[in-house]
Amino acid sequence: MSAAAAGRDPLESTRFEAVIGLEVHVQLLTRTKMFCRCEARFGTEANALTCPVCLGLPGSLPCINRRAVESTVRVGLAFGSEIPLLTKFDRKSYFYPDLPKGYQISQKDDPICKGGRVEFFVDGEIRVARLVRIHLEEDAGKNIHVEGRPESWVDLNRAGTPLMEVVSEPDLRTPREAGDYMRMLRQVMLYLGVSDCNMEEGSLRCDCNVSTRLRGASHLETRTEIKNLNSFLNVEKALEHEIARQIRLRETGREAEIVQETRLYDPDRGETRSMRGKEEAHDYRYFPEPDLAPLVFSPEWIDGLRATLPELPLVRLGRFQEDLGLSAYHADQLVRDKEIADYFERCVESYRQPQSVGNWVLNALREELRSRGVGIEDIGVAPERFAELVRAVDDGAVSTQKARDVLRAMADSGRPAAELIREMGVEQISDDSFLRGVVQDVIAAHPGPVEDVRRGKRNSINFLVGQVMRRTKGQANPAMAMSLIDELIGSPPAE
Amino acid sequence: MEIRDRIRRGEMSALEAVDEALRQLDVVNPRLQAALQIFPDGARTAAAAIDRRLAAGEDAGPLAGVPFTVKDNFCTLEGHTTAGSRILESFASPYDATAVRKLKEAGAVCVAKTNLDEFGMGSSTENSAFHVTRNPWKTTHVPGGSSGGAAALAVSTGGMIHLGSDTGGSIRQPSACCGASGLKPTYGRVSRYGLVAFASSLDQIGPIQSSALDCALVLETIAGADPMDSTSRDLPVPRYADEAQQDIRGLRLGVPAEYFPEGIEAEVEEKVRAAIEVFREMGAEVRDVSLPHTRYANPAYVLVSAAEASSNLARYDGVHYGRRSVSASGLVDMYCRSRGEGFGAEVKRRILIGTFVLSSGYYDAYYLTALRVRNLIRQDFEKVYREVDAVVCPTSPVPAFPLGDRIDDPLKLYAVDVLTVPANLASLPGMSIPCGFTSEALPVGLQIYGRPMQDEIVLRLACAYQARTDHHLRAPPVCGWRGGEEGG
Repeated sequence: MSAAAAGRDPLESTRFEAVIGLEVHVQLLTRTKMFCRCEARFGTEANALTCPVCLGLPGSLPCINRRAVESTVRVGLAFGSEIPLLTKFDRKSYFYPDLPKGYQISQKDDPICKGGRVEFFVDGEIRVARLVRIHLEEDAGKNIHVEGRPESWVDLNRAGTPLMEVVSEPDLRTPREAGDYMRMLRQVMLYLGVSDCNMEEGSLRCDCNVSTRLRGASHLETRTEIKNLNSFLNVEKALEHEIARQIRLRETGREAEIVQETRLYDPDRGETRSMRGKEEAHDYRYFPEPDLAPLVFSPEWIDGLRATLPELPLVRLGRFQEDLGLSAYHADQLVRDKEIADYFERCVESYRQPQSVGNWVLNALREELRSRGVGIEDIGVAPERFAELVRAVDDGAVSTQKARDVLRAMADSGRPAAELIREMGVEQISDDSFLRGVVQDVIAAHPGPVEDVRRGKRNSINFLVGQVMRRTKGQANPAMAMSLIDELIGSPPAE
Repeated sequence: MEIRDRIRRGEMSALEAVDEALRQLDVVNPRLQAALQIFPDGARTAAAAIDRRLAAGEDAGPLAGVPFTVKDNFCTLEGHTTAGSRILESFASPYDATAVRKLKEAGAVCVAKTNLDEFGMGSSTENSAFHVTRNPWKTTHVPGGSSGGAAALAVSTGGMIHLGSDTGGSIRQPSACCGASGLKPTYGRVSRYGLVAFASSLDQIGPIQSSALDCALVLETIAGADPMDSTSRDLPVPRYADEAQQDIRGLRLGVPAEYFPEGIEAEVEEKVRAAIEVFREMGAEVRDVSLPHTRYANPAYVLVSAAEASSNLARYDGVHYGRRSVSASGLVDMYCRSRGEGFGAEVKRRILIGTFVLSSGYYDAYYLTALRVRNLIRQDFEKVYREVDAVVCPTSPVPAFPLGDRIDDPLKLYAVDVLTVPANLASLPGMSIPCGFTSEALPVGLQIYGRPMQDEIVLRLACAYQARTDHHLRAPPVCGWRGGEEGG
């Protein structure tokens, strides 16, 4: 049984370490395709979203989608890449039925972004992976094979949709790091709004380059490439299996069997398999795309895009901890989803108790979103109203338990918390003199448990609190009830 | 353009103009085989519609009712768009090329598509997959190429517009061979959208007519920025016909020694030098200039154009449209057989050359070197254009040659392009006009190069020359507009 199959880190307690670099393909969220004006979307009848340009018909010519270029520049700026003032496109040639022109328009020597660095967390510790480049290209179509039929079909709806490729340096060392790096990429793309990063639809796909070497060595060994991984889990699992395979070969003196090749990950069998070797490697015959003039950017234009960058997740994380006093865990949870974090901040603006607001957003609110299957923009509860609810809980005006019912009612009706709390009769009773009377009645009615409490049996106090709740139809403030019982019985203070 | 004016004045209907064009095609095409497809029904229907608009007093466009032909590498809604190749023999384009659309929007009527060397690769129109085209001056001779069909029709018929394309001389060299006036505009002046690509950085669309003034009129209509072609230039379109009729006094003309190379035919040199004297007499200033890198132009052109062609022609793979081999088993076999059966020998040769020069390990030595040469050629012209406004020289070192004479020797055939390819490499406007005839009664072409985006200067010189001379007015032995076949 391999280490990976046993779910352990394949690198644990070996003399070896892995060197990993990722090429992540991100489908950009644009209205139209990269080089024509066809709509870029999914789920339509095959070949319905095509035109002479994306069909590669004779005489058709590409025109660059400005929005896609802007998105790529923004991503580069977010990762601190250099944005050269000149960028150009190249043709990458190969024959495949899903590639109607026989070449893909991509970028080779002059990508839109050069360099950069991605900071991300692994187990609460910050790591950095440098970027080689970020470039823009067009996606291919899809070949469709019908079981039992001799012919295949091609759907070109996806052909020509914009694809951004983020290439990292081989700075990652473990499958976990690779996964967390990719999660951070996704987070930033979502913050920038450049991609929906929908992994089921293949909006985020990854090729992993991985080699293994003696721990501490500085040279690079022969690497293999695992192609087309479309989930964080698959990236981590595929890397675990491939690293374990390479280490197994090294430990048994068969390192010569590690050859530069492309491998495919088979999640069902839990292994990577050779797809094609180096000897079959393509010569893509790159050359500058003569149908597109090079793009020349002005520094002012780039600065204009820089001004559109939102606060990025890591910066926000720091601010939530330092300025709002949130724990690292809560800050991280809130920051992960930009919409949630934005909502949280608007709540805090009207009720400056970040801790309890954060708690309520992460728990009750997220649960409500989940059960309704909607996003935060569709829940119908304005942040100011949600903040009022949290304030009501903190003030003891409604119990934690009842507040969740109130939230549901708020989402259903769109009405404010205070109104609903009154109407639903769930106001919490925190009136001292009233509660004191109820507690006195309970003590008089249950001498046995009272005696137990006096003797230090703390369990019995819960029974008494329960009785108070019963007599108040669940509206008594339980914390107040408990302290009143203690006071009136004169029990030893609780630990 | 006489036909346009006659329709405008109501002396002739659009339908009559189209019928006359069809009649002339009926006369000359059996002898010349210049057209690949003729659309009598479609053209007459379109003409009748124009006439209805004119009768209703509507503005039917500046070229209302004027018949036109396009080289068969232009996408048209009419007929097929074959590019002269078996691989596209049955391909019907779902759209019009921008230049075609502009002509139609101006009221012109598409009557035919003209023959060409397959994908524009050739200088004799002998590489057409369908048939050869004959020179109207001497039917045993080639009309030049690759726009041979258009050039042959430009002089043997009248009252039509003809569009060709020029990647290394394919408008100018056949114009020279046929005694036509052909303009390759500045790269980016006319949208290439809908022109079946041969070499994208070199291809340009232009008119081939019997006079330079008609070329100016056509350019006025087809020039301009096109959102569908990002290499088209967004610069104002001058009124070329007006500009072309301005005086040339004081224009400075350069005569490059390198354009009278060894091997140039004596009669060609003689006629061209005589033409240059005519310019001097008309008040132009003539001086000798040097374009030292000229001899490297042709090799650079062969590599750059083949490299781009190998990529541009990759899409003809039998998968999506065009010819698919019926005998194929499996994907790779389908690619190989479809392309093997669909492409002719010259196209295959260029795909092989292009694939080779772009391959890793050879890219720097061939493709990049060719690009560096291209840059030197460009710089040669930039330097010369500091001293002169235009360059005058022969279009081709030789007049039209006999059919079959060069087709089996590619290098001999490529040599015909040596004086025309620099315009494409340097993105310049270039024009060929007839400047005399050899003792065999074959036309000789004078070539005029201008500065980028100064197409009007080229046209002005050509018009001035034609105002003084009558070579462009002579009728060839095969002639439709004289009503007979043995005129001239």
